[in-house]
Amino acid sequence: MTVQEIADAIVAKFGEDAIIERKLDILQPALYLNPAKLVDICFFLRDTEPYYFDYLSCISGVDYGVKENMLGVVYHIASLPNDGFMLTLHVKIPRNTENGDLPSVPSVVNVWRAADWLERETYDLVGIKFENHPDLRRILCPDDWEGHPLRKDYEVQDYYHGIKVKY
Amino acid sequence: MGLFDKQFESGGFIITKVDDVLNWARLSSLWPIGFGLACCAIEMMATMASNYDLDRFGVFPRPSPRQSDMMLVAGTVTFKMADRVRRLYEQMPEPRYVISMGSCANCGGPYWEHGYHVVKGVDRVIPVDVYVPGCPPRPEALIGGILKLQDKIRNESLMVPKALAD
Repeated sequence: MTVQEIADAIVAKFGEDAIIERKLDILQPALYLNPAKLVDICFFLRDTEPYYFDYLSCISGVDYGVKENMLGVVYHIASLPNDGFMLTLHVKIPRNTENGDLPSVPSVVNVWRAADWLERETYDLVGIKFENHPDLRRILCPDDWEGHPLRKDYEVQDYYHGIKVKY
Repeated sequence: MGLFDKQFESGGFIITKVDDVLNWARLSSLWPIGFGLACCAIEMMATMASNYDLDRFGVFPRPSPRQSDMMLVAGTVTFKMADRVRRLYEQMPEPRYVISMGSCANCGGPYWEHGYHVVKGVDRVIPVDVYVPGCPPRPEALIGGILKLQDKIRNESLMVPKALAD
């Protein structure tokens, strides 16, 4: 089983536009997926023999910077039946939406339950909304915190509950 | 201090000042509400355990602010925690004292510049009597801070200040 085979299987089932880019000659081979088809592809990777990617190791939020103006979500998934074979999935979305809402990515909570808190953390710190998440609240910062601290253009608020924030 | 290793005569009476006896009672049983917020808490626990034995200074941790005389803020105070620190301080009966233990509680420590989530010193939330520097401070340093607080209490007075009395 190689990442090349997995990528070909995804294209065969979901069409050419399912995978936007393949990076196979790096340490952690990665597939850049079409956000609209993300959940279906994840179900496919989890349930199809012989892949069985049944374990979600990590979800990371990425801010590619103001210049590139993109945000990303990275999923590290593993297949325990295949000795923990790892695959990296990327999703990239524009940083700004037309109506000023947070950019959004479909939630994979229904695929892997572990995604629940990982997506909440990504929402809290990077400011990416996960559609159809059952309970999308902040998980680390206080509920009434302003902004998303790991954004590149984040500016900390002056006061929180009357306490000066900056040194 | 040191009163009970003497033999008393004259029917067991001693003459002292109200200030002295009250201060002596207060500084000899400083019960802290333990605020173990980060790695400083490990040193605080070590100080309270048998090797360093804070009990010999009358320092004995309490689980409730209602029973506490002193708040020992040991560790990083985040903004999420700051509201709780303030509320627990307000629940303590007076007289109440605060020891800020470690760089984080003193001034934000390593989070002073880029730590958006850390209060840059617990003295922005509650008044602090003694600062104990260190990252984290050794038990000896914490004991030093407690002795410093005892010194401070020893010099307090219930009397009307002289300037007002005149």
